[in-house]
Amino acid sequence: MPLNQSFVGRTYPPTEPYEVGREKIREFADAINDDNPAYRSPEAARALGHPDVIAPPTFAIVVTMAASRVLIADPELGIDYSRVVHGEQRFVHARPVRAGDVLQVTLRVADIRSAAGNDIVSTEADVTTTEGEHVLTAYSTIVARGTAA
Amino acid sequence: MSAAVLDVGTEIPEREFPISRYDLIRYAGASGDFNVIHWNERIATSVGLPNVIAHGMFTMATAIRVVTDYVGDPGAVVEYGVRFTRPVVVPDPEGAVLSVRGVVRAIREDGLAEIDLTATVNGETVLAKARAVVRR
Repeated sequence: MPLNQSFVGRTYPPTEPYEVGREKIREFADAINDDNPAYRSPEAARALGHPDVIAPPTFAIVVTMAASRVLIADPELGIDYSRVVHGEQRFVHARPVRAGDVLQVTLRVADIRSAAGNDIVSTEADVTTTEGEHVLTAYSTIVARGTAA
Repeated sequence: MSAAVLDVGTEIPEREFPISRYDLIRYAGASGDFNVIHWNERIATSVGLPNVIAHGMFTMATAIRVVTDYVGDPGAVVEYGVRFTRPVVVPDPEGAVLSVRGVVRAIREDGLAEIDLTATVNGETVLAKARAVVRR
């Protein structure tokens, strides 16, 4: 079944604020086996010029994935979630995510297409602080294997 | 800013990262991605996968460590993108080994370094178009 093309260009309202905590950053860094002190020690982070501990370059997926789940789970989009795999991911940072940030995600559906029998959905997630500071944009492509008409 | 040298052609030596089922479960908890294909062999094989596969985001997060460890300041990574070309299969108890190396392909006009990463498992590419843009 072809996906609902009317979703292209759709922008979702900003997500509920997500407060980035030092211990969450540490937990994420532990989970990727990364012992970089900038993820753990405020002093080490400050020595590098950051106001507090910073998060690894892919940490923002924690907040953007929650936003894109709303889209993927929308029955009107028509995607078969059991066949979804991650196709591409890119983060463009204005600055690193850091402890104390209160982040909101605004998700936009950039493109929906079919190729080689797969349905492909591309999104752009704009991540800002609740004060309106742009922190990063996450570009994501997900692929539903073998579901295109 | 970093003390590390990043010029066109600078090579970041290859490193090997073992990946076990334990890593995937811990990453699921930390990231909130509990998709069962990343921890349940029965369901992974029932949807046609050879076994449990790693989260693409776990592979992506692991691969950039060659860059962040090289430059010291992870905040120097301005941009990072990959294409997931092949799943990283993680059988228990054998696990998998991800090999990653990098090379500076260009220095942009704004002074940022473009680093291409090569990420393989058993000699097969698992991330394509893997590129980081890094402040020098």
